[in-house]
Amino acid sequence: MKPLAPISKTARVALGILFFVLFFAAWGYATLGGYVSKTFLADPLTMVEEGWLLLTKHGFLYDIAITIWRVLGGFVLAALVAVPVGILMGAYKPIEAFFEPFVSFARYLPASAFIPLLILWAGLGELQKLLVIFIGSVFQIVLMVAITVAGVRRDLVEAALTLGARDRGILGRVLIPASAPEIAECLRLVLGWAWTYVIVAELIGSSSGIGHMIIDSQALLATGQIIFGIIVIGVIGLISDFLFKWANRRLFPWSLA
Amino acid sequence: MSKLAIEHVSRTFPGVRRGAPTRALEPIDLAVADNDFVTILGPSGCGKSTLLRLVAGLDRPSSGRIVLDGAPVREPGPDRGMVFQSYTLFPWLTVADNIAFGLREKGVARERRSEVVREWLGRIGLTGFGHHYPKQLSGGMQQRTAIARALANDPAILLLDEPFGALDNQTRGLMQELLLGIWERERKTVLFVTHDIEEAIFLASRVVVMTARPGRIKADVAIDLPHPRPYTIKTSPEFSALKARLTEEIRVEAVLAAEGH
Repeated sequence: MKPLAPISKTARVALGILFFVLFFAAWGYATLGGYVSKTFLADPLTMVEEGWLLLTKHGFLYDIAITIWRVLGGFVLAALVAVPVGILMGAYKPIEAFFEPFVSFARYLPASAFIPLLILWAGLGELQKLLVIFIGSVFQIVLMVAITVAGVRRDLVEAALTLGARDRGILGRVLIPASAPEIAECLRLVLGWAWTYVIVAELIGSSSGIGHMIIDSQALLATGQIIFGIIVIGVIGLISDFLFKWANRRLFPWSLA
Repeated sequence: MSKLAIEHVSRTFPGVRRGAPTRALEPIDLAVADNDFVTILGPSGCGKSTLLRLVAGLDRPSSGRIVLDGAPVREPGPDRGMVFQSYTLFPWLTVADNIAFGLREKGVARERRSEVVREWLGRIGLTGFGHHYPKQLSGGMQQRTAIARALANDPAILLLDEPFGALDNQTRGLMQELLLGIWERERKTVLFVTHDIEEAIFLASRVVVMTARPGRIKADVAIDLPHPRPYTIKTSPEFSALKARLTEEIRVEAVLAAEGH
């Protein structure tokens, strides 16, 4: 292997698949071979079987749908607030000076630590779940968007100024379009984090959702179901990531090499 | 009355970390006549780009003032079109939309805009490239588009800051001819900054030589070569004489600049 040397597409796909094959083989070897107690770790076959039962008999699809709804709801609310604020912070230094210290502080507050408070304030309903996602995402998006907008190439702004662009033109026709692909990329990243918050929110005080199913399965020692739930989350994450990348390619063809 | 008057303009940059302030430009006086093509020639770091940025309004002079068409320059504006050394086409806009950027900002109607764009695409030899994105173009094509973008706005003066500096020699020669051809037809007032002696002579009706930092005007040479100027003029005896003279002027400054003056 040489550093940075490219590989063929087939080799790339094959190596990617190889990891999963080895992973499942190791898992199967450890469990089916009897090296790990069934109480603590289900084998892959049991996992698939229990997963199938979850989907067909226990209405797990509804849980999946409700979790997706919560993630998207909280994430969209956060984006609606955070993207405009971030853009204004990046573009106008006084606004940045006003918000930046607070946002930098709030960014480190763990969203999960707010759950007890949010339950007090908003009860156990959907609003509480949405707020967890919202708090977990909004400050991250604000900061990342602000940094992106503030980092727009200065010479592009200067070129626009010499072409007669005024304040609104600079914001609307230079800063925003120039940073749009990176803003979309930052949303993609934060959506991934939002998925970790939703599960935490559902582990506590919830009667539906993937996280709720996982905590229920723990009580029944159904490790197969837990693992199936985790895998479902991973697969949904993969799909949403793929959709985001696809949309970015369609929306911003100019930013691709 | 001159088109552009630079009156006793100087620029000093504040020192970094309590260091001494940097004097980039000593007080400079320069008058540019209407329809003149003036090149500012100087070694790197002599403040010639600073001077151009002051005229563009992208930077404020520490003293003195700049007057264009009788009005003092306070901020950047569409009356002073600028072409930068770095590639500054907006990457998210097509070539056509880049050229129309200033017109759109002015509120010119769509039909008129596409008319102007079509004209300029023809003049810079990029007909058929209107729907391309900047990164699909070569460096020379991008700079041609940047020139068209600045001129489509119909500025009172065109400012060029070493626009061909990053291009290879052959492309550079072709670009000079193209720019000269445009100027010979449009007769815009042009201020062109370069460190290339041949380029300075070939394009200009007047070459202003600047000293090493802090920049001052060292010589002001009228270039009486006839128009239209074919590229073959670069090998004529008159051209060589001018080149010899300017080489001598600039060499002293380059030596000073290299010694870290």
